[in-house]
Amino acid sequence: MAWDLDSDRPIYAQLVERIQMQIVSGYYPTGGKLPSVRELASVAAVNPNTMQKAFAELERMGLIITQRTNGRTVTEDKDMINSIRQKLAKTHVEDFFIKMKELGYTKSEIIALLEQSDERETEA
Amino acid sequence: MNELIEIVGLTKAYDDRSVAVNNVTITLPKGKIIGLLGPNGSGKTTLIKMLNGLLTPTSGSIKINGAYVGVQSKARVAYLPDRTYLAGNKRINEVLGFFEDFYADFSREKAEEMLRSLNIDPTTKMKTLSKGTKEKVQLILVMSRNADLYILDEPIAGVDPAARDYILRTIINNYNPEATVLISTHLISDVEQVLDEVIFMRYGQLVLYTSVDNIREKHGKSVDAYFREVFAC
Repeated sequence: MAWDLDSDRPIYAQLVERIQMQIVSGYYPTGGKLPSVRELASVAAVNPNTMQKAFAELERMGLIITQRTNGRTVTEDKDMINSIRQKLAKTHVEDFFIKMKELGYTKSEIIALLEQSDERETEA
Repeated sequence: MNELIEIVGLTKAYDDRSVAVNNVTITLPKGKIIGLLGPNGSGKTTLIKMLNGLLTPTSGSIKINGAYVGVQSKARVAYLPDRTYLAGNKRINEVLGFFEDFYADFSREKAEEMLRSLNIDPTTKMKTLSKGTKEKVQLILVMSRNADLYILDEPIAGVDPAARDYILRTIINNYNPEATVLISTHLISDVEQVLDEVIFMRYGQLVLYTSVDNIREKHGKSVDAYFREVFAC
């Protein structure tokens, strides 16, 4: 199944986000092996050079490590993965608040709403 | 040396009034998948035919891997024309033999493996294949060569979306990182995810040569949307 990518944003940036998410969520576990550029490009149905570029960016961030003999692995550094997880969570929360404020909600109304829907989720 | 194709001042005039390709100068690198895009009649197929030595330029020159277009370059260029040229009464098997005889870089095993993965019976006659299957067979023939340059003229035009995905995946999986694939197409949104770079042509001239992500970054829209804007009628 080809990855569903937005058509109006650079492909490589979306690949970086996507793989980042897969690492944070544990789909690719800490220290685990990653597929090759070619394999992943084929799965995502994107150009291998673009996938290569995304990997290079993730490497620059320190999230993945290239080993000469063993291909690419996810970093063993749990703190780093955690800090990226927090950063992603913060971005989601900020986006959420922006949208809710556009709908005319105040901060306390938003929080009340969140608690309500949380209760409903636990009941269900 | 990273250049694969060097085109200088290339012009093809069929007569005084119809200049199909007009003074095109461009250098294309190795190891890229490049889209050749432009409206009907913009000179894409004429350019492709000159790259293959099927048409002689009126003026200007083309070098592929340092050599002018000729016997030497043809041995290293795998070309999928926009229409079929294979005899209908031949079986797929026979066509494989034909390619084997003709091209030193053709891998019969690779072609047979791809045919198997698509459940295409190699004893079928070409003329009994559906349009989509015929296109797949022709693409398999071309991609089973180990060429420096693959030129695909409208490879996905007549096939259904699932077959399109298969064709694009075949292109991704089979091309070697030293080779370049040049794809001409109208169906931009279907291919732009697999392209590194795009060339826009209009009235035989080069309008733009840049990377896909460059267009998306600069204009905040897909290559398809940008194309529609540039070539709005």
